[in-house]
Amino acid sequence: MIQTVQQTLLQTGQRLLWVSSCLDLESCLDLERMDTQTKWERTWEASVPQLTNSPTLIVMVGLPARGKTYISKKLSRYLNWIGVPTKVFNLGQYRREAVQSYKNFEFFRPDNEEAMQIRRACATNALEDVVIYFSKEHGQVAVFDATNTTRERRISIVSFSKEKGYKVFFVESICDDPDIIAQNITEVKVSSPDYVNCDKDEAQADFLKRIECYKQTYVPLDDEKDRHLSYIKIFNVGSRYLVNRVQDHIQSRIVYYLMNIHVTPRSIFLSRHGESELNLLGRIGGDSGLSPRGHKYATALGGFIKGQHIKDLKVWTSHMKRTIQTAEHLGIPYEQWKALNEIDAGVCEELTYEDIQENHPEEFALRDQDKYRYRYPKGESYEDLVHRLEPVIMELERQENVLVVCHQAVMRCLLAYLLDKTADELPYLKCPLHTVLKLTPVAYGCRVEHICLNIEAVNTHRERPGNVDITRNPEEALKTIPDHF
Amino acid sequence: MTTEGFTGLVNHRISPWFVIHNLIICMTNCPTLIVTVGLPARGKTYISKKLTRYLNWIGVPTREFNVGQYRRECVKIYKSFEFFRPDNEEGLKIRQQCASAALNDVRQYLADKGGQVAVFDATNTTRERRGTITAFAEQNGFKVFFVESVCEDPEVIAENIVQVKLGSPDYTNCNTEEAMEDFKKRIKCYENSYETLDEVLDRDLSYIKIMDVGRRYLVNQVQDHIQSRIVYYLMNIHITPRSIYLCRHGESDLNVKGCIGGDSGLSPRGKEFANYLGQFIQSQEISDLKVWTSQMKRTIQTAEAVSVPYEQWKALNEIDAGVCEEMMYEEIQQHYPLEFAMRDQDKYRYRYPKGESYEDLVQRLEPVIMELERQENILVVCHQAIMRCLLAYFLDKTAEELPYLKCPLHTVLKLTPVAYGCKVESIYLNVDAVNTHRDRPEVGISTYSHTDTDFVADLVNIRGNLCYA
Repeated sequence: MIQTVQQTLLQTGQRLLWVSSCLDLESCLDLERMDTQTKWERTWEASVPQLTNSPTLIVMVGLPARGKTYISKKLSRYLNWIGVPTKVFNLGQYRREAVQSYKNFEFFRPDNEEAMQIRRACATNALEDVVIYFSKEHGQVAVFDATNTTRERRISIVSFSKEKGYKVFFVESICDDPDIIAQNITEVKVSSPDYVNCDKDEAQADFLKRIECYKQTYVPLDDEKDRHLSYIKIFNVGSRYLVNRVQDHIQSRIVYYLMNIHVTPRSIFLSRHGESELNLLGRIGGDSGLSPRGHKYATALGGFIKGQHIKDLKVWTSHMKRTIQTAEHLGIPYEQWKALNEIDAGVCEELTYEDIQENHPEEFALRDQDKYRYRYPKGESYEDLVHRLEPVIMELERQENVLVVCHQAVMRCLLAYLLDKTADELPYLKCPLHTVLKLTPVAYGCRVEHICLNIEAVNTHRERPGNVDITRNPEEALKTIPDHF
Repeated sequence: MTTEGFTGLVNHRISPWFVIHNLIICMTNCPTLIVTVGLPARGKTYISKKLTRYLNWIGVPTREFNVGQYRRECVKIYKSFEFFRPDNEEGLKIRQQCASAALNDVRQYLADKGGQVAVFDATNTTRERRGTITAFAEQNGFKVFFVESVCEDPEVIAENIVQVKLGSPDYTNCNTEEAMEDFKKRIKCYENSYETLDEVLDRDLSYIKIMDVGRRYLVNQVQDHIQSRIVYYLMNIHITPRSIYLCRHGESDLNVKGCIGGDSGLSPRGKEFANYLGQFIQSQEISDLKVWTSQMKRTIQTAEAVSVPYEQWKALNEIDAGVCEEMMYEEIQQHYPLEFAMRDQDKYRYRYPKGESYEDLVQRLEPVIMELERQENILVVCHQAIMRCLLAYFLDKTAEELPYLKCPLHTVLKLTPVAYGCKVESIYLNVDAVNTHRDRPEVGISTYSHTDTDFVADLVNIRGNLCYA
């Protein structure tokens, strides 16, 4: 009789799951006595407990061109990055699929019965997909991105959620600044699939009429009537917030995040330290200084930054020599974050990949099997890194022009956040030495410019090898390691 | 590691000795003046003290200035609410003088004494008074952030009065009813002239308005990082009665050997403690108890015996002793005498080579504290250094005291917030354990040193030469 026994095996941050034929718990816990019939796999406990129980439905509220989709996408990107599975359900997309071609604003007139029926059906479909996301796809948070401007619509969403046992949190964006609205329309509406055959001015005019259609029936969340709902009201892109009845941890984090983001144009520059002495030797981790080529890069970086004429640039480094030495060449005050230190490779610190293969072949293979969650013994995982970088990301959101001089694994985590990469892609993002990434938020995403400063350096990128089984031979394990001295 | 002189506006030296400060201190350039606003008994002092405690704990030097205290020093004896009547000319003059004296001390603290944040705790209920304060702040280059507490629930107000007003020095010679009556009349004196922060008139001010003890918040014009952190903190605290239980894991095998750090399991006595802990928790009959542990064997094994689902935080792991992991103090003394001495000189900031400092611990525990504030009844099974950090937060201990707080094995601390502080009950569960506490040694002498003469020789080396490879 096969019995699945799941026990937190008392090793540092690890959980052992195995299928065993033994009914005797005691002998199951003794690894040495495990016979060949048992099979086990190792997973690593996340560094922060899962503090959410019921799924949460975030409901956007607001007239068109108030930043709802911008907020939805950004929030979803943040939540996914910190490990909360989140998905956006954009009603406009459902409508575009239902009504293949968009004619004009008349579709949105409040007296257009036929259109109303279609729009209601789309909302129902979207909510059905939310149910599937929560019940079958392990979703934790769903963002229902639609105008939801009438009390009637919001009431129906609240009762739907109550029925299903979801928590509801409203995010209302209120803006009456015509410049901001016009800017929004230009940035994201004019290029929407709805206006593919129109010129800019036509599109702009039609969209403004669309907004008018909603204004007639718009009822904002009310201080008195909606006092039992949980919500945040964002006024004029964040100059003021009204927060009502935050129920739990995740809502508190969402409020904190929303209160820290802004839309002021700015650029984020990411770079690794210059090539280090240990890089040259193909060794990971450690705290060595820059190689001669690394110093060259630092000087070049200084020249590049000066040439960019960046207003009020902030520079951040880690506490490790190599990033500090790099920043020193810039001639600008810099601030050090311990949180930006490279991933702690624990027992593998300062080893080459060949050393690791020789001394810890099993660990090496396990890492290739799940590079995101794998935690070095007495060290960290990429997942741990993300949690330690969260305050850095929060502060990055508050800031304007920033240059972050950091390390390979750290830069991968930051990049994954900024470019919405999954946990599977994150540990394999390419972050070569001596290259600056300039990220500029635009529309719903980020424009990336790669600037290689043309100073030679070793390659430190290791692709996932073909064979990740613990029984693989050394050649297979070492197939993808980069060259070194 | 060598100490290198760096040019540039900020001088940093890489060494375990000179720890680069938490970003928050670098981020705030101007000092910040937090100004409370609200009628009496709305929790302004409670918020002021709690906020001050939190900011100091995360490393932002903060002090509160309670105008009521200045008034008590000036007017030795409090007669009745008549002092606060708006038509009491003499009373008004004294109160204005007290406010000025307090602001003067604020200026000294922020400008001369290295303070970063000052909390000006008074009613500040008129726009005129707030205008004066804003002008004062502008003159001195301080940022201003208002924290207004608005509450109309008579039950909450009555409870406040009972908890903190009746025991105030103002009412030492009154009985409960008299004190209650007088205080209510005192509140009335302020009500007529109370001008709440207005969405339109005050739209250029930076503030948070807390309504009904946190059900609702209005946040306006947050200017910088520290204000954003303050808002986040204020939005996470609550006043629902609850208790926080802190304890260490049961005695571990490495404890018995006298070694620090590592990841060993429980000794037999440690297992006994775990069982007793389980029984103790059961006997307390706590509603909805949450249990948190670290990701180290010894806390997990301890929590297993409590038979309540528990959650693991990596952030609760014991301080990383780097190269000194799993060593005994005698071994550290032998192999790293310099490190050992430096640690004793500044135990809070000292960072083990390839390890952490207490200061690092505080930074990594901040999300745990934030979540602890949100929670209700909770048991945290952790480690000596961790428990010291958490205790320092709850009991408002300084960075100097923190690393020497006594957290013996097999003892549960039950903390219950009450009035402006925390009631502490220490419950020893009667299972013997080794003592792992090391007192602050006298200057130059280590309590674990075998040969004092060797040690003195090392001390001479420290003074002579701060370079180490």
